[in-house]
Amino acid sequence: MIEVDRLTKRYGAFAAVDDISFQVGKGEIVGFLGPNGAGKTTTMRVLTCFLPATEGTARIAGYDIFDNPLEVKKRIGYLPELPPLYRDMRVRTYLEFIAKIKGVAPKEARRRIDEVVVQCGIVDRTEQLIGHLSKGYRQRVGLAQAILHDPEVIIMDEPTSGLDPNQIIEVRQLIRELAQERTVILSTHILPEVEMTCNRVVIIHEGRIVAVDTTENLTAHMRDTTRFFVRISGDVDIAAKAIATIEGVSDVTRTNNGLHVHWSVEADLSAAVSARVVELGMGLVEMKREAMSLEEIFQALTMREERM
Amino acid sequence: MGNIMAIFGKEMRSYFGSPIAYVMAGVFLLFSGFVFRNQLLEFHDMTVYLKLAEREEKMLLNVNTEVVTPFFEFQTFIWMIVIPMLTMRLYAEEKRGGTYELLMTSPITSAQILIGKFLACYVLYLLIEVMAFGYIGVLSMYSQLDWGPIFSGALAVVLIGATFISVGILASSLTENQIIAAVLSFFFLILLWIIDWAARFASDIFFVILKFLSLIEHTRDMIHGVVDTHDVVFFVSAAAFFLFLTHTVLESRRWRT
Repeated sequence: MIEVDRLTKRYGAFAAVDDISFQVGKGEIVGFLGPNGAGKTTTMRVLTCFLPATEGTARIAGYDIFDNPLEVKKRIGYLPELPPLYRDMRVRTYLEFIAKIKGVAPKEARRRIDEVVVQCGIVDRTEQLIGHLSKGYRQRVGLAQAILHDPEVIIMDEPTSGLDPNQIIEVRQLIRELAQERTVILSTHILPEVEMTCNRVVIIHEGRIVAVDTTENLTAHMRDTTRFFVRISGDVDIAAKAIATIEGVSDVTRTNNGLHVHWSVEADLSAAVSARVVELGMGLVEMKREAMSLEEIFQALTMREERM
Repeated sequence: MGNIMAIFGKEMRSYFGSPIAYVMAGVFLLFSGFVFRNQLLEFHDMTVYLKLAEREEKMLLNVNTEVVTPFFEFQTFIWMIVIPMLTMRLYAEEKRGGTYELLMTSPITSAQILIGKFLACYVLYLLIEVMAFGYIGVLSMYSQLDWGPIFSGALAVVLIGATFISVGILASSLTENQIIAAVLSFFFLILLWIIDWAARFASDIFFVILKFLSLIEHTRDMIHGVVDTHDVVFFVSAAAFFLFLTHTVLESRRWRT
């Protein structure tokens, strides 16, 4: 559905996107994961024909983004990071305007608007001025705008940024529903978001693709480097040495009030660790799994790339 | 066509759904009415004076040259101030609000967007002008008007509006700041208006060029009742030229380096 071929976007000497290639199949949800400034937005802007690529190209549904932009635009729905809304319009008027410029047949428009306001949960807001809506509702109107013409491909730039936790859950739910018959690309810098919504992940760092993988593989890779935080009452140094001898533990590091224990196999060693602490006659005060930060995963991945 | 109408409708709704259209129409009608009234009173004074003095010159006085012509001349001057305020938001606001990205990623060409926006502003301009012609309508009930120069003046108004608006749209497409867009179009319009002042001190070929570029030079004859095709062609091609420049500015962002 989407083929990106050696795409490069340079601003002067600075390469915002540097020679990236990947494919997205029909019906897939692909997450672009990367820290801020990694090139996610630029890639999306090139794919939506908003910015030209410096080199390389991409095809969406078989149409080249440079040679056939109008055909590409008919087939994509795009939600930029800041929803593109006219604050002085009412929601329904806005969607009517969108239907016109997206080429929805006038007969179809009414029916489609009625459908998307239900899908996006804005049925009771259609007569409100967009400027008076809360951020969560604006995001939904933005989503409604992106899916109104029933596009084959939906591209969303940080669809959950700036929303409160409840709204985030609702928007993710909505994305999963939408994706059932469409191809979706979304960008995020939040790792759990990718785990929850995407089939596949493209990790971008400084304009380059660091890894393309299924979500399962990525989580498996993270499990490789599971880290536990352990706090004990007693001599921390003795405990550290004892825990380090457990089979499967790859690393033990001291922090100011406890230990970080890493293990590299999938087997859960938490029972073995707690048993060892008790054997030493010490008290186990706290033990919890620590999520790796995105930065650490990037480090792990970039290091893995270099080893390869 | 449908796309052009969609943009046209959106811009019209935005002009009339906000105070912009009403404030600008009010300002324009107030100023032009003020000038019209003063010209009329002055004309009245002169006729009374000449009649009392039994002077022969009274035969030369005519309501067209004393009232209607200055009214047209002053109108174009007010438009130089009002039009930048009507055009400044057309692109700058879309860029600032992120909706430009929406338009550019929709299956609609930049030419369609441009024409839709131009037409919306132009129709608003013509609507305000129709109201201003009400003053002349009132005058016609109390005096014998020569309609020829009035029609040619109306033609000048129709033509010069298109040129002014296309200059304003060009300025708006260059920036995402509305104030800068307005200032740029003031500057362009005033420069084009008075560029023939420099002609007095220029020699031969520059004299001709500067005279040719001046907007005021091309309206003068028309407002006085002489319609010369070369003036008509000048305004139509000037509007087309500035719209073409705007289109080029908008498309240039899609060029590969």
